Amino acid sequence: MSVPVSAPASSSTTVLPTAEQEVWRYSRIGELDMAAFTPAVVRSTVTGADTLAPADSKLVDELVASMTPHDVFDELNAEFNGTVAISVPAGKVLREPIVVTHNITGDGVALYPRLLIHGGADSEFTVVERFESSDDTYALVVPRLVVHASQAARVSYLGVNLLGPRVWQLAHQQATGERDSTTLLATVALGGDYARVRTDARVVGQGATTKQIALYYADGTQMHDFRTLQDHIAPRTNSDLLFKGAVQDSAKSVYTGLIRIREEAKGSVAFQTNRNLTLSAGAWAESVPNLDIKTNDVKCSHASSVGPIDEEQRFYLESRGIPPEVAQRLVVLGFFDDVLAMLPVGDMRGDLRRRVERKLVGGAP
Amino acid sequence: MSTLEIKGIVASVAGKQILNGIDLTVRSGEVHAVMGPNGAGKSTLSAVIMGKPGYEVHSGQVLLDGVDLLGLPAWKRAQAGMHLVTQYPSEVPGVSLTDMLSAAYDARGRASDGLAASVAAEADRINFPVALLDRSLNVDFSGGEKKRNETVQLALLAPKFAILDELDSGLDLDALRDCARRVEDLSNTDGPNGRLGVLAITHYNRLLEELLPDRVHILVKGRIVASGGAELADQLERDGYEAFTDAPAV
Repeated sequence: MSVPVSAPASSSTTVLPTAEQEVWRYSRIGELDMAAFTPAVVRSTVTGADTLAPADSKLVDELVASMTPHDVFDELNAEFNGTVAISVPAGKVLREPIVVTHNITGDGVALYPRLLIHGGADSEFTVVERFESSDDTYALVVPRLVVHASQAARVSYLGVNLLGPRVWQLAHQQATGERDSTTLLATVALGGDYARVRTDARVVGQGATTKQIALYYADGTQMHDFRTLQDHIAPRTNSDLLFKGAVQDSAKSVYTGLIRIREEAKGSVAFQTNRNLTLSAGAWAESVPNLDIKTNDVKCSHASSVGPIDEEQRFYLESRGIPPEVAQRLVVLGFFDDVLAMLPVGDMRGDLRRRVERKLVGGAP
Repeated sequence: MSTLEIKGIVASVAGKQILNGIDLTVRSGEVHAVMGPNGAGKSTLSAVIMGKPGYEVHSGQVLLDGVDLLGLPAWKRAQAGMHLVTQYPSEVPGVSLTDMLSAAYDARGRASDGLAASVAAEADRINFPVALLDRSLNVDFSGGEKKRNETVQLALLAPKFAILDELDSGLDLDALRDCARRVEDLSNTDGPNGRLGVLAITHYNRLLEELLPDRVHILVKGRIVASGGAELADQLERDGYEAFTDAPAV
């Protein structure tokens, strides 16, 4: 199922985007030195897919062709990728998640994982993609994800970033939902030095729904960077987005999101909420919600906030004899509780919650 | 037997002096009502006793069994035996009553085995819907549910003294009766810390129909201007605060 390519020569001549471009605004792209990284083979393992036939090569070609390249990183991924393709046939329901784990190792390596997910009509399944590395790994990871939910399919995806402190991630995710399908795109981002995820969720068939959720937590000098698009292309489509993050120490986060309702998407409903907790005076979070609505017949709202823990909440807990650090832990875990509850993989919730708790006391995730 | 002594408290908030020398002594099992009009300093008094940030105490002491609480943060005052029932309990998303009590027990070194059963029993006793026990604290609770929830916490944490900051605001008569009766019970029944001493801060005397005060104090412009038995609340009901507005401090 995995099709690694041989490691080619360094691509040090690449022309990178700059923070002058709106989609890279606030990013750390200016710090990236491509000459420091040499393309290498991705080591990926897949579990839970034993009952599936390998993806049809024509389908793989179609999924690849459906990707819209935006920048040089899309081109690099197209050239150097190690691909995992998962195709769940029509009508098939998988009770257990398929888990794809990328174990990132090396010193000065660039890795280009590509995950293609196709859900046949009326199929139902969950794919978890884990990015893991040791603390000393020095790497650039440029993942690409394509999710295609056919008619009435229920496809859930969870990306988990547990990367080490010397790893950069520049991810791009594209999802397409056909008529009456439901696509959940979830992200838990705890690791990495600079970790960016751009997610374009398109609802192209009448009655289709996308949900996007994220939990991110940056500490030390980490930066998490999210760009989202909820793109409504067909009538009576639905999208909902809830991104929640925390920053502490001198960490940073960026969320910019766009709801686009095209003229033909009459009767659509779209929501977007981004909430950020700043847990230290030196931490910084930016939240930029945007709407681009071309028809009147829609129900649409967005909300965003950036701020410290509510002092009234903290005092309320402390007035019950709860010490400040415990009160803070309760409030922060409580803040993330709704996102954790929505994650598609119930038995990972406890582990991810404990990893968030470890970040709260300054430990590694 | 415990004693809470408030001695000569002068305090300000946002640079404005609100309390101009408050003296009060409450003992275990006693119910004291502090009544006053809007702006008299009622909420400031409760905040200062509990140590809410943002209030500045210029002079005076708050002694719990001889130990001055003013140098302690709120959580240590709570562990020493103080409890504040707040007028507007905060919503805490993602934290349930059980989560909060479990953390509060841990912080006191109290075993929390059997906590769920104790919470359920206490909730049932005061008609707090059991379905709300695992929901986020105060989120989408009605006024009555919030105060019943506050009263469950009070009963389970079993402090030496409770400050009730306008327990009667924002709740219906049934909830008021349930909450007030529970507090009255706690003041008459020996708990782990003896009988509960109560300082009930209120604008109206409807609370005092169920929670029977041993002493009533009238707070006007940051001073106690009259103190007496339960009959003082009746006099207040008859004559209004105007009768006390120009009285000298007692």
